[in-house]
Amino acid sequence: MTDQDSQNKKTALYALHVELGGKMVPFAGYMLPVQYADAGIMLEHQRARDSAALFDVSHMGQVRITGADRVAALEALVPADVKNLEVGKTRYSFFTNETGGILDDLMITQAADCLILVINAACKDADIAHMRAKLKGDAQLEVLDDLSLLALQGPKSAEVLAQWAPEATTMPFMSTRDFTLAGVNCRVSRSGYSGEDGYEIAMKSDQAVAFARALLEHESVSVSGLGARDSLRLEAGLCLYGHDIDTTTTPVEAGLTWAMQKRRRSEGGFPGADIIQKQLADGAPRRLVGLKPEGRAPCREGTELTDDSGRVIGKITSGGFGPTAGGPVAMGYLESAFASPGTSVQAMVRGKPRPCEVVKMPFVAHSFYRG
Amino acid sequence: MSDVKFSEDHEWIRVEGDVGTIGITVFAQQQLGDVVYVEVPEVGTAVEKGGEVAVVESVKAASELYAPLDGEVVESNGGLADDPAAVNNDPEGEGWFFKMKISDAGQLDELMDAAAYKAFVESQS
Repeated sequence: MTDQDSQNKKTALYALHVELGGKMVPFAGYMLPVQYADAGIMLEHQRARDSAALFDVSHMGQVRITGADRVAALEALVPADVKNLEVGKTRYSFFTNETGGILDDLMITQAADCLILVINAACKDADIAHMRAKLKGDAQLEVLDDLSLLALQGPKSAEVLAQWAPEATTMPFMSTRDFTLAGVNCRVSRSGYSGEDGYEIAMKSDQAVAFARALLEHESVSVSGLGARDSLRLEAGLCLYGHDIDTTTTPVEAGLTWAMQKRRRSEGGFPGADIIQKQLADGAPRRLVGLKPEGRAPCREGTELTDDSGRVIGKITSGGFGPTAGGPVAMGYLESAFASPGTSVQAMVRGKPRPCEVVKMPFVAHSFYRG
Repeated sequence: MSDVKFSEDHEWIRVEGDVGTIGITVFAQQQLGDVVYVEVPEVGTAVEKGGEVAVVESVKAASELYAPLDGEVVESNGGLADDPAAVNNDPEGEGWFFKMKISDAGQLDELMDAAAYKAFVESQS
């Protein structure tokens, strides 16, 4: 056993990843496959765009909030309209801090008798402490650490689930239902992090391997690792916490105003509301934008962005090669004056300026199932 | 007559006369994964053993290639600009990076032969 293995947790699927040739790396406190030996990031990425890719996302935190005051208690921590979220619907949101920054981003599902949250692995201990300290009134937090979470992403995903639950094929994007799939009780959300149609499926960890194997028996399903997960979400223009968003970026700067529903924007009542409301009214000093570098050289996270005179006007927060885009893609923050699509800026790669065009995201069109 | 040597940075050097052809090994390309971009040095560039001389980027990350010897670049593989995947598909053939005129042949003795490199890779994994 190496140091890496002993310092990091394993998901229920660890042995299955190793059996399938997973190259295991430490990520957010877990040993997870970055890619698989016989495939590689390009192929694992393409399988999610063309077929159905299975990702182990069990490192993410799953929690439940119960109690009569649960909706108001959560609304005090996030700018989402939880009150008007219908039962069986799921919404993207984020915990904000007093300066309008983002503590973590998360998914909120309205179940009949509770709220179910999915939070980032790297933030989950802090999120749980935050909620335990701040949830007011009759609201109890329960950590669902006996659950695993698998994501099945790609255009064939619905057909795969249809073998057990034909109704799963007509679930709209961002809805959640319980199904028995391959004999396993599952909570199924039509959602994901790839820009493709797909599902995120939670089940008891002691059944996760059997369920994953049942999925993999379908000819359209193959495993994909963290590398493909990152290139897929980048092409889809989706933020990665700790990179594109963090405690120093506001939702307005990050282009996430769509995730703050009208009632919450006007009423406030979440941490940092005064700052966020002011930015909603007056605009933010910088904006997260999509960037298309000229040529083939990828522009990576941390690369400085300058104007034509060489003045630093921003920084890349995620960047790499987009396998479907067929070239380099990036996102980063720019001073608002430079943030309009069509603007040309320079990325300083290994000391040389490389022209990049500000573009609308996503880089690859979303294919969500809207019914 | 040619002779292939290997560096601890997982590069191979095929020596013909006083010219060495340089690329990365099968092991190195496996570690990198899918190569999407390669930057090779310009002809005439003076290189120093251990100095950064080329860039190879996979989907996930950028890595530098270090010169295994002192010398001067005499030819670069321009074909890698359009076909960086050659580094994965044929790392020790079509995927070569550049050729250099070797200024100090004595430095070759500090590199590994095929058997020593094989043992080195096994000790790394």
